[in-house]
Amino acid sequence: MSRVSGIGRRDFLRIVPAAGAGLVLGIRLSEARHATGPQGRPGDDLAPNAFLQIDARGEVIIWASKSEMGQGVRTSLPMIVAEELDADFSRVRVEQAWADPKFGDLDTGGSSSVRTKFDPMRRAGATARAMLVAAAAQTWKVDRSVCRTEKGAVIHAPTGRRLAYGDLVGTAASLPVPQEVSLKDPKSFRILGKSLPRTDTPAKVDGGATYGIDVKVPGMLYAAVARCPVFGGRMKSFDPAAAKASPGVRAVVPIASGVAVVADSTWNALRGREALRVDWDEGSGVVESSETLRNQFAELTQKPGKTVRSDGDAAVLAKAIKKIEAVYEAPFQAHATMEPQNATADWKKDRCEVWAPVQTPSWAMQDISRAAGLPAEAIRLNITFLGGGFGRRINPDYAVEAVEISKAIAAPVKTVWTRTEDLQHDFYRPASYHRLSGGLDARGRIIAWQHRLASTSINTFYEPSTPKPEEGEIGGAFDLPYAIPNVRVEYAAAGSIVPRGWWRSVESSFNAFAVESFLDELAAAARRDPLAVRRELLSGDRKITYPGETFVQETARLKAVLDLAAAKAGWGKPLPKGRGRGLAAHFSYLTYCAQVAEVSVGKEGAVRVHRVVCAVDCGRAVNPGIIAAQMEGGIVFGLTAALKSGITIDRGRVKETNFDDYEMLRIDEMPQVEVHVVPSDRPPTGVGEPGVPVVAPAVCNAIFAATGKRIRRLPIQVEDLAATS
Amino acid sequence: MASITLTVNGRKITAEADPATPILWVLRDSLGLTGTKFGCGASLCGACTVHLDGQATRSCVTPISEASGKTITTIEGLSANRSHPLQKAWIAEDVPQCGYCQSGMIMTAAALLAAKPNPTDADIDGALGGHICRCGTYQRIRRAVRRAAKGGTS
Repeated sequence: MSRVSGIGRRDFLRIVPAAGAGLVLGIRLSEARHATGPQGRPGDDLAPNAFLQIDARGEVIIWASKSEMGQGVRTSLPMIVAEELDADFSRVRVEQAWADPKFGDLDTGGSSSVRTKFDPMRRAGATARAMLVAAAAQTWKVDRSVCRTEKGAVIHAPTGRRLAYGDLVGTAASLPVPQEVSLKDPKSFRILGKSLPRTDTPAKVDGGATYGIDVKVPGMLYAAVARCPVFGGRMKSFDPAAAKASPGVRAVVPIASGVAVVADSTWNALRGREALRVDWDEGSGVVESSETLRNQFAELTQKPGKTVRSDGDAAVLAKAIKKIEAVYEAPFQAHATMEPQNATADWKKDRCEVWAPVQTPSWAMQDISRAAGLPAEAIRLNITFLGGGFGRRINPDYAVEAVEISKAIAAPVKTVWTRTEDLQHDFYRPASYHRLSGGLDARGRIIAWQHRLASTSINTFYEPSTPKPEEGEIGGAFDLPYAIPNVRVEYAAAGSIVPRGWWRSVESSFNAFAVESFLDELAAAARRDPLAVRRELLSGDRKITYPGETFVQETARLKAVLDLAAAKAGWGKPLPKGRGRGLAAHFSYLTYCAQVAEVSVGKEGAVRVHRVVCAVDCGRAVNPGIIAAQMEGGIVFGLTAALKSGITIDRGRVKETNFDDYEMLRIDEMPQVEVHVVPSDRPPTGVGEPGVPVVAPAVCNAIFAATGKRIRRLPIQVEDLAATS
Repeated sequence: MASITLTVNGRKITAEADPATPILWVLRDSLGLTGTKFGCGASLCGACTVHLDGQATRSCVTPISEASGKTITTIEGLSANRSHPLQKAWIAEDVPQCGYCQSGMIMTAAALLAAKPNPTDADIDGALGGHICRCGTYQRIRRAVRRAAKGGTS
């Protein structure tokens, strides 16, 4: 859980100069700093800000200082500011911040946007409000204590006089910025906690929303890039003749990632690239396949790994009355954002402008600057809508390509990847392998737990010599919340040529599957109800601590979401014949989530998920509608990985080519999903990711309940269920 | 290259294009109608769906030559001011997340409702089963289609 930030230095406030006509009041202030940067990537150390402006017409502009990739930040973040500002939310305009340090930490990941921006954005709103109240009091020559605010206006309580914010901004901007402001009592919130409609929906139903792929600049050309199919391979030579003879092709240029074909339209670029002849040096990666990796995993987990958790006495396991062992496996996964990777760049000798759907502007700026050969001040990086992110767009590789090509041809250019390139040149969710052992005593109590986890570590991909390959791989495994007296968790990193990255819920996506499934196995071995076992092991209101972090995992809250999901799902009540229920619970991104899945399995082994009941405790609900949507979406994302998709490596390359062999869950397979948000006055926590990891084990546990068959590898294979075992 | 005359969103136009060019790229690159999306290029995800003479059609695999003399409607031409019952329902149900697939979803749903004003859930699933939403908005899409079919009530 290194991706969770601590609270950093003290906040400060200051007026910033008006940026445009009529913009008169701007406020910045610092916010919680990331301890390690999003997703634990080292080197990101940012002093972020919130940013808002009010103009003379009373229109409030709030910059969305995170990338909107579907998670609703263009709605939830402005709601926080508007609440404390007492703005008329219908007059709030949301603008996307571009990559400029003045907007603060723009990097979007780790389900952290609302969590890290909540306090600073409240203070930004409250500060602006206090200044507007002071301005009104000064205008009326009254004490500010007799003034109140309401929907974009200050009201003098004794007389009912009112001044709209727009009429006060001139005076307010000349006042000193208060160093301390009081925040609202949450009981008086009128915006926060409401399921306000998303601000970006209208533009998303009429084709008006501009994604990266929709950008067009004058004189722009289009590029398609040929890349070595084998990871780690290089271009040996290329023959541009056939590509150049293809209609509309203007240039063929080598770049770091391969060879770019530039044409007058996307279609002509794609056709020209097909005609291009490239001789690749495939490199040493050709020896890797999913099978060789599996063998490596199996071998690594035969022996002890690096100990990442050790409670009690490891020897108890060997002496247990009943010992259960099982191996769980999960493959590489691609992000498959619906919008394929793309970017537009306009490189000139002294400046470079880029339009790109990126999650991590700070990283993109660094790499763009290097590729452009220009300092950050000479670069303008515009962040468009993202047609999905899921962690793929933390890596800015596609934006760098556009800059390289634009520089090579000295013209603006847009690169567009095909779906095949997107699937075959991703930064994949690590593949993982889990050798689990559990021991029961004579009364069926779980007395020992051993988890040997091996994966293709993300950290070692970016930093091969890292002393901490386990960081970003063990969340949800080493912090096992169940009160088992003897626990040992070990980690081993497997070598692989396959690029790795952060995929919605990162390691929780595989660790929750292994842990919550195996716990179910132990409950079954003890012939006990899996809910009762979990409840018992979560009792005692214990707090799991995280080294170097300020947060804890509270077993009472995990138990509460389990109870809620179980109650809403009718746990224990009879089901139609052939159906089974399974449950799972998991803590990730400081959020507690439990789900109960209801499934049936057809004769051929086809799994049908009928219903998923989800309970989530994410602290204070900023926008319950968006929280529900994120849980629904997370469940679909997790179901796709459980039932459908998996990346297969063969001779160092990805076998899957498009949505016919890398399949997604579709509407006719969509279960009924019910989301129950636990009311809470705790600080808000993550919602983008915590719904994902819980559904695979809930479904697999339900399959066991329905059929007696245990699924130990994802995605679920029909033959694992059709087979007699 | 050929001159292909067709009607797009009520406007008669002549496209100068290789007849094999998919409709998608003529719409997006030549006409600037970027509401129609590229998702897979192989008729597998539905993001590129437009109406060709009223039929929901995958523009990523349909050559522009097939549109000669015909009428194309894209998401931009579905209604003025988002007034189509489906657009209103999409807003009422807060359907989109990233939103990238939604143009295609709405265009297929519009063709469905035009042919079948009161679709069953199976009809909805059947019509939209060829589409992919990676954000997982399917449940809300079903609700929105039902809402639009019922004249805007949930």
